[in-house]
Amino acid sequence: MAATLEGLERDGLVRPATAADAVDGVAAELVAEPASVREAGELLRAASRAGLRMAVAGGASKLGLGNPPERLDLLVSTRRLDRVLEHAAGDLVVKAEAGTRLADLQAALEPAGQWLALDPPEPGATVGGVVAANASGPRRLRYGTVRDLIIGITVVLADGTVAHAGGKVVKNVAGYDLAKLFCGSLGTLGLVAEATFRLHPRPAAAAVVTLDVQRPEQAGEAVRRLLRSTLVPSAIELTRAGWGSPGRLTVVLEGIRPGVEAQAATAAELLGEVGEAEALGPGGTEAALSQLGALPWEKPDVGLKVAVPPAELPGVLADRLWDGPFRLSAHAGTGVLRLGLDGRGDAEQVAGLVGEARERVAARGGNLVVAEAPAELKRAVDVWGPPGDAVELMRRVKRQFDPDRLLAPGRFVGGI
Amino acid sequence: MDRDALIRRFVDAIGPQGVISERNQLRTYECDGLANFRVIPSVVVLPETADQVRAVVRACREAGVPFVARGSGTGLSGGALPVSDGVLVVLARMRRVLEVDLDNQRAVVEPGVLNLQVTKTVAGDGFYYAPDPSSQQICSIGGNVAENSGGAHCLKYGFTTNHVTGLEVVLPDGELVHLGGKAPDPPGYDLLGAFVGSEGTLGIATKVTLRLLRKPEAVRTLMAAFEGTDHAGDAVSRIIGAGIVPAAIEMMDALAMEAAEAAVHVHYPEGAGAVLIVELDGPQAEVEHQFAEVERLCQEAGSTTIQIASDDEQRALFWKGRKSAFAAVGRISPDYYVQDGVIPRTALPEVLRRIADLAEERGLRVANVFHAGDGNLHPLVLYDGEVEGQEERAEELAAEILFACLEHGGSITGEHGVGFDKKQYLPKQFGADDLEVMQLLRCAFDPDGRCNPGKVFPTPRLCGEAPGPRRVHPAERAGLAEVF
Repeated sequence: MAATLEGLERDGLVRPATAADAVDGVAAELVAEPASVREAGELLRAASRAGLRMAVAGGASKLGLGNPPERLDLLVSTRRLDRVLEHAAGDLVVKAEAGTRLADLQAALEPAGQWLALDPPEPGATVGGVVAANASGPRRLRYGTVRDLIIGITVVLADGTVAHAGGKVVKNVAGYDLAKLFCGSLGTLGLVAEATFRLHPRPAAAAVVTLDVQRPEQAGEAVRRLLRSTLVPSAIELTRAGWGSPGRLTVVLEGIRPGVEAQAATAAELLGEVGEAEALGPGGTEAALSQLGALPWEKPDVGLKVAVPPAELPGVLADRLWDGPFRLSAHAGTGVLRLGLDGRGDAEQVAGLVGEARERVAARGGNLVVAEAPAELKRAVDVWGPPGDAVELMRRVKRQFDPDRLLAPGRFVGGI
Repeated sequence: MDRDALIRRFVDAIGPQGVISERNQLRTYECDGLANFRVIPSVVVLPETADQVRAVVRACREAGVPFVARGSGTGLSGGALPVSDGVLVVLARMRRVLEVDLDNQRAVVEPGVLNLQVTKTVAGDGFYYAPDPSSQQICSIGGNVAENSGGAHCLKYGFTTNHVTGLEVVLPDGELVHLGGKAPDPPGYDLLGAFVGSEGTLGIATKVTLRLLRKPEAVRTLMAAFEGTDHAGDAVSRIIGAGIVPAAIEMMDALAMEAAEAAVHVHYPEGAGAVLIVELDGPQAEVEHQFAEVERLCQEAGSTTIQIASDDEQRALFWKGRKSAFAAVGRISPDYYVQDGVIPRTALPEVLRRIADLAEERGLRVANVFHAGDGNLHPLVLYDGEVEGQEERAEELAAEILFACLEHGGSITGEHGVGFDKKQYLPKQFGADDLEVMQLLRCAFDPDGRCNPGKVFPTPRLCGEAPGPRRVHPAERAGLAEVF
């Protein structure tokens, strides 16, 4: 191994790993930080020739997602791939290298009054990490997820092949949509090196209306009414600090000032028919927006992500999730729930809780993923859950892209 | 298995009423919406259930015969062009709306359901299906999935791929798989995203879960006339620059207006060199405010007249002129070639001038109809097939227009697909490595290359068995194909 990578080491591309470079508790031997797509290609080619097992990290904010890799020799960091390559403001398009921090990208877009309409909760997340982990936030209700916004991609396969798909125009059906294939692939098909996105105008004004929620059915009814109305909320969030505390539904309306005010008034009226509703003042709005979509867990908690058809939300909560020991932060309008629970409890007991919840979620047409958990618990549960009848097809895709299983082996769905 | 045996298998599986094998009847299916290319298929089957599709695909597999799926056959790139020794699988009889789930804003439909039928089914409840290709009255949802169809309103609402959340697919080996569903974020690879827009090369969709949208509270539409396309393009830039995302911004030039006027009598302003149709939708207060701004911006860009649709009827007329423009061109030219290319929107004036220059060089006329908001051009190259050499020159011109799009960082197709028509141009947009990596996906779905072969990609690729020692494919040994 050392011989093959010697040249790269001499160039300072590869360094020995430290404890901080472990992926989900699995230590790497080496770390590489390529500074260009070409360098990334050379690195992966050399590493694959040496048979090194690799994983990719951006901001390292979601390394807890998935199973721990079976083995890890080389951690490839996109830290130095951090340039915003092109911002065509008139075309509402931006192209950036994968290691660009999302926050930095947003700051670069702000002077033009634009933003990439993604608001994932993980601080320090990079563009590539958001793509690879399919990270999303509250405003997905209005703008969709990264798959809906990505229009071009550059990837590096395990063997060093550099390939592009899509382009820099929003509308484009030439060739296969590999950008979508790489969304959520968690570094198991290749390294996401560059991505191009469509942008949106940054809303000039925001208003927030809240509803106190005593029971899940009440939240369900409120969401149903909102979605049936002609309001266009950016986000509908349901949060609850913990077992026994009251819940709160937060409706975010964004756009131009007169439009937002009219929508907020309608929303307050509509929610008032369901319970205690309040249109927040400027201070309250700012506070609500700053907390919007925060993860209901931190290490060493267990974090569960549940996704159901949105109308199933009250039912799924009533199935012992509301009355269980969970902290809740849900994108109630899209049916994505995040649940945090104490990870210091007995692993077997927690695993049992997860298993039961998963069955009930599946019965309602949804899925449950263990998004964060101590290593001990990960050994006791299947973090992804049943992969469905397309898993064999997914394995075939993996075999085509990474035939030697060098990229994050075992981390993904179905042991991919 | 010979042809007769295969036909017997099909008849056993779906009954004689679903199998067409007489040559004169097969002719009906020799082309899709791109009539320049015609191939008579060996057999046509019209299955009515997913099980029947599976039976057909399995029989094709066992016989080693290629197959092509077809919906309504309105595609404009020859994507549903049959292969002569293959089977054409027509999904037009799978026309049921299986489920409408308004609480989850989803509809589950069979692939032969027509696009507009979805909206008609849910309109009474205040919902609609957003992608609206101009052929929406007759094109099928299955075809939309294959082509990732767009339409005028995709500027704000996205394309088919943004509105399909689940698929049931018969894979080329006859297996049935479910990709996505009603719930968001299914774990695993986004094969749904890879399938939509794959132009029938990865399998046959037999069930489609669609996202339904709530009808907006307000819709306002105006038609602004300009001296020429430069001024109209400037108006578009001002609107986008003001942070407004209209539901649609469409442009037509003088020649396109002349054709549409002859067909549907929209009463375009005399002497206008270009018109813009701008539509805003959303909550009332926001729409009213932004609509006034759009009006002002059009005036600032030099609009000569602005007509505002006073009711749904007038709005429908504006759209009828736009959506019938392709067909209407038949009234001012015996033949025409519909092109579909994309450029960054800001390159619009430059590319339009280039198109005009190219047309003049070849002594041909080009009518321009396009989705101005997202830079998707539809130049219509007019020619007379009876005049010797004109058809060739028209084809050349159409190709030159694509190259101009690529020079400006655009794409050879925004919504009509690569299909059979443009596969030779794909390598001009993508490098050899890019195309090889795309083929990896194909190999995972269709290792034998029997699913809509000869489309999208210029060179067939043989799929090696991976992993394990590489074996030489018989066709490669015989020198018939190259392995990448």
